[in-house]
Amino acid sequence: MKLITAIIKPYRLDEVKTALQEIGVHGLTATEASGYGRQRGHTEVYRGAEYQVDLVPKVRIEVVVDDADADPVIDAIVKAARTGKIGDGKVWALPVETVVRVRTGERGPDAL
Amino acid sequence: MSLAAQGIDTGDTAWLLAATALVLLMTPGLALFYGGMVRTKSVLNMLMMSFVSIALVTVVWLAAGYSLAFGDDTFGGLIGDLKHAGMSGLGPDSVHGTVPTLLFATFQLTFAIITAALISGAIADRAKFGAWLVFVPVWALLVYVPVAHWVWGPGGWVLNKLGALDFAGGLPVEITSGASGLALALVLGPRLGFKKDAMRPHNLPMVVLGAGLLWFGWFGFNAGSALGANGLAAAAFLNTLAAGCTGLLGWLFVEQKRDGHPTTLGAASGAVAGLVAITPSCGSVSLLGALVVGLAAGVVCSYAVGWKFKLNYDDSLDVVGVHLVGGVIGTLLIGVFAVKEMTGGTEGLLYGGGLAQLGKQLVAVVAVGAYAFLVTYGIGKLIDKVLGFRADEEHEHTGLDLTVHAETAYDHGVLGHGAPVGASSVIPSAPSDQKAKTQA
Repeated sequence: MKLITAIIKPYRLDEVKTALQEIGVHGLTATEASGYGRQRGHTEVYRGAEYQVDLVPKVRIEVVVDDADADPVIDAIVKAARTGKIGDGKVWALPVETVVRVRTGERGPDAL
Repeated sequence: MSLAAQGIDTGDTAWLLAATALVLLMTPGLALFYGGMVRTKSVLNMLMMSFVSIALVTVVWLAAGYSLAFGDDTFGGLIGDLKHAGMSGLGPDSVHGTVPTLLFATFQLTFAIITAALISGAIADRAKFGAWLVFVPVWALLVYVPVAHWVWGPGGWVLNKLGALDFAGGLPVEITSGASGLALALVLGPRLGFKKDAMRPHNLPMVVLGAGLLWFGWFGFNAGSALGANGLAAAAFLNTLAAGCTGLLGWLFVEQKRDGHPTTLGAASGAVAGLVAITPSCGSVSLLGALVVGLAAGVVCSYAVGWKFKLNYDDSLDVVGVHLVGGVIGTLLIGVFAVKEMTGGTEGLLYGGGLAQLGKQLVAVVAVGAYAFLVTYGIGKLIDKVLGFRADEEHEHTGLDLTVHAETAYDHGVLGHGAPVGASSVIPSAPSDQKAKTQA
């Protein structure tokens, strides 16, 4: 199993959710996040005083899927989140040792 | 203003009752204007500094302030007497011009309240609340009251001996609050992280709401200062609207040219700057003059707010940049734009009056500014020595809302779904339960 984590632009969340549903992924966790990559935030001006805001608002999406589904899921996220502009985000995958469904106690891929 | 009793005029009285309520509304408006500009962690403290000023100034004004400001002159134009301390000798039948004296005293009280509240913007985020509670009444008696007497009191030297003009309070309200704000900012020193951390306004819609309420109340402030429902009130009303508009546009013009963006905070600040500048001059200048006064304030004040970064004093919410600078512009420009149709004789430089009136305005500005700065600096230093004026470093870091008032303004949720984990574990209990627990 793989944990796929994606950091995306907040306004692409709906597109990513739809894309994942279309390929049969029914659950995900979304978290508000902030950070910066190459674009280094933005500038705000208050009464002429400039403030460099480093951390840009982002959404962090986490999905756990079976090994075979990892690549299609990553592709779907990337396709749905891409705008072609700087700050589109990153997606990465990590191995997952075990998953337990809290309600039933099922373990492994059955719990997904 | 004539002090000769002419009997109560119901029209004048009705208008002044309304105007008094309008001016009182300015202080909660100011609380929102200032409250939106501070960070989330001390917005309640900022609101409280304005709100509590209503109570503090009212008490000292009724006890002695009104009498000392508007009682008979005792020291050659410097201060009034204590004949009306505790409002003694004044009843429903007492008349000031064509309005009840008690109403006139209340109208003037609302000016004293907002002036004290204005100062708090210079010391946002870092003043001990207890020290502020001591400062406000002492300051009202030692700074506001004498200046009000000089400018408006019977025998006050600025109006009667010098001949400078100030219709609605450029000297007692704007210049006094601005100079006092600068003095207190110097006594307390800059906020932790000044010039390093981003201290951006936490709620700009609140700032605009506050500026809107200020503008609404300002009609009572300026047009009410005619002390009657008459043509002069109408002219002051229109001048107030005009100057607020050109102030707003002037500030936005500077921002667009300098920073590339017209900002919301700039629009609110520019309107206030224009209103500040027209306060002394609304009863002396023509509509053309008002338009220029507002524009000048909008443009100059938008540059003046940057002074604190260059000169290294932390006037947090720009009391100096907006109120002192705007007040000076408006008071001085009377000497340029005064027209005899408004003043009843005095003319400014532009209308053939020469430099005489401008000189008188300048003397008044320097005298009032210097007096307010020096006395406030002294009061501030004394309070700092005895009680400490500056909040503890830890309190300032944590925010004064939590450390002083045991409250926070907002409950921030996660993804809009309610309270963060942990907050829900606090079970509210009735005050009596709390007390029982503490005693047990």
